[in-house]
Amino acid sequence: MDEALIRGLTPSVLTVLVRRGADFAAAEDAVQDALVEAVRLWPSDPPRDPKGWLVTVAWRKFLDATRADAARRRREDRVEEEPAPGAATAVDDTLQLYFLCAHPSLTPSSAVALTLRAVGGLTTRQIAQACLVPEATMAQRISRAKRTVSGVRFEQPGDVATVLRVLYLVFNEGYSGDVDLAAEAIRLTRQLADAIDHPEVSGLLALMLLHHARRAARTAPDGSLVPLAEQDRGRWDTESIAEGVEILQAALARDRLGEFQAQAAIAALHADAPTAAETDWVQIVEWYDELARLTDSPVVRLNRAVAVGEADGPRAGLAALGEVDAGLPRHTAVAAYLHERDGDLDTAARLYAEAAQKASNLAERDHLTRQAARLNSGRCR
Amino acid sequence: MAKYLLLKHYRGAPAAVNDVPMDQWTPEEISAHMQYMQDFADRLEKTGEFVDGQALAAEGTWVRYDGEGRPPVTDGPFAETKDLIAGWMVIDVDGYERAVELAGELSAAPGAGGKPIHEWLEVRPFLTAPPTVTE
Repeated sequence: MDEALIRGLTPSVLTVLVRRGADFAAAEDAVQDALVEAVRLWPSDPPRDPKGWLVTVAWRKFLDATRADAARRRREDRVEEEPAPGAATAVDDTLQLYFLCAHPSLTPSSAVALTLRAVGGLTTRQIAQACLVPEATMAQRISRAKRTVSGVRFEQPGDVATVLRVLYLVFNEGYSGDVDLAAEAIRLTRQLADAIDHPEVSGLLALMLLHHARRAARTAPDGSLVPLAEQDRGRWDTESIAEGVEILQAALARDRLGEFQAQAAIAALHADAPTAAETDWVQIVEWYDELARLTDSPVVRLNRAVAVGEADGPRAGLAALGEVDAGLPRHTAVAAYLHERDGDLDTAARLYAEAAQKASNLAERDHLTRQAARLNSGRCR
Repeated sequence: MAKYLLLKHYRGAPAAVNDVPMDQWTPEEISAHMQYMQDFADRLEKTGEFVDGQALAAEGTWVRYDGEGRPPVTDGPFAETKDLIAGWMVIDVDGYERAVELAGELSAAPGAGGKPIHEWLEVRPFLTAPPTVTE
């Protein structure tokens, strides 16, 4: 049994403990301890009933930890008549756990950390490595987050949108250390989709699958960024694309459009094109119009300008760009690209270099510097 | 062991020997440079001397306290700032000689024309905790 499978049992085990009256923070610690034992013991001695095993061990850990508590005897009496882990409420409970870990009283970074631990079953060390912070810092962040939600009633209904935002953040954390957070985000979103029937959950899952499918093609062997148009489409994961498209189509058929479905639709149109030149930019612009209607986000209008540039020519793209706030990140990079397509290589080279100065990540900065270098060295020779 | 900070400046360091801005290099020269930097960091990890390396954005903000109950004052970025740090590497080495040797290697990273940049790097020792045995 691999570690991800063991971790998949985390939410249901945790909710059993909470249902039995354990407080969330202590229950969460107990489940972590049980997971550690499972990872250690199961490879040589796999249990017949993995979830039952985890519940029993976690409950024992919880009791050990609260032994000094005045309620000890009452709790131990209860363990004697230990109820079988119920499947009936498990689905709803998992959902409640997502809501709790994405509670609006948490900051985004706390919600991400708590979700990865309490829902994902990752250890504090793994989360710290993935987020590139010291383990002690992450331990503090998680325990503060647990204190913040300690007063929240477990049954309190939540807003799926807040959960989706947290999962989207997890997906975008990328990966370092031994945990792939993008893959973990997909696993957690898939699990959420099993717990709740909501077109935007499907939309986000489809979006993640479609983006993840391109990951291998997105970086060159030397680590540099490969833009969408230049990616080797043979290296895209067709299985992941097919699954994403199927999930998206089922969601769209329900006619309750939301921003993640619209974003996934754009990703699907890219995935659908056999070559960059065959991309259906007209439809992509239409989806950006939908997205702008749904979100009114300046970033969407910026991306729309790129699509307009492809659909109606660079001049039209530059006109669309003119209506977008020039202070936005990537505005200069988009301007550089559109000027290059328009044949104004001097302006493009200057803007690429300027955009590199403003880039917010290394891969993008290096990519933009290379673009400037490509145009500059092309003209010298 | 002693920790040193190798500082790279956008501005404020004396001019490099091969002082051509990166956007004027060829894409191949940029790749060669990146590879050199990556190999350097990898090598230091293998020798157990690497602690941390980070690059910084070119523009930042100046911030100061403005009194009780008031939001902090912000200013900048200032285009005329004389000294601007581009990034750093923290190394943990046997001593000053080794730190200088490594900074020299880092400064030899190839630039325009594939030739070493001979860039000036700043080597700053960390102030350490007091030694356990003081006499």
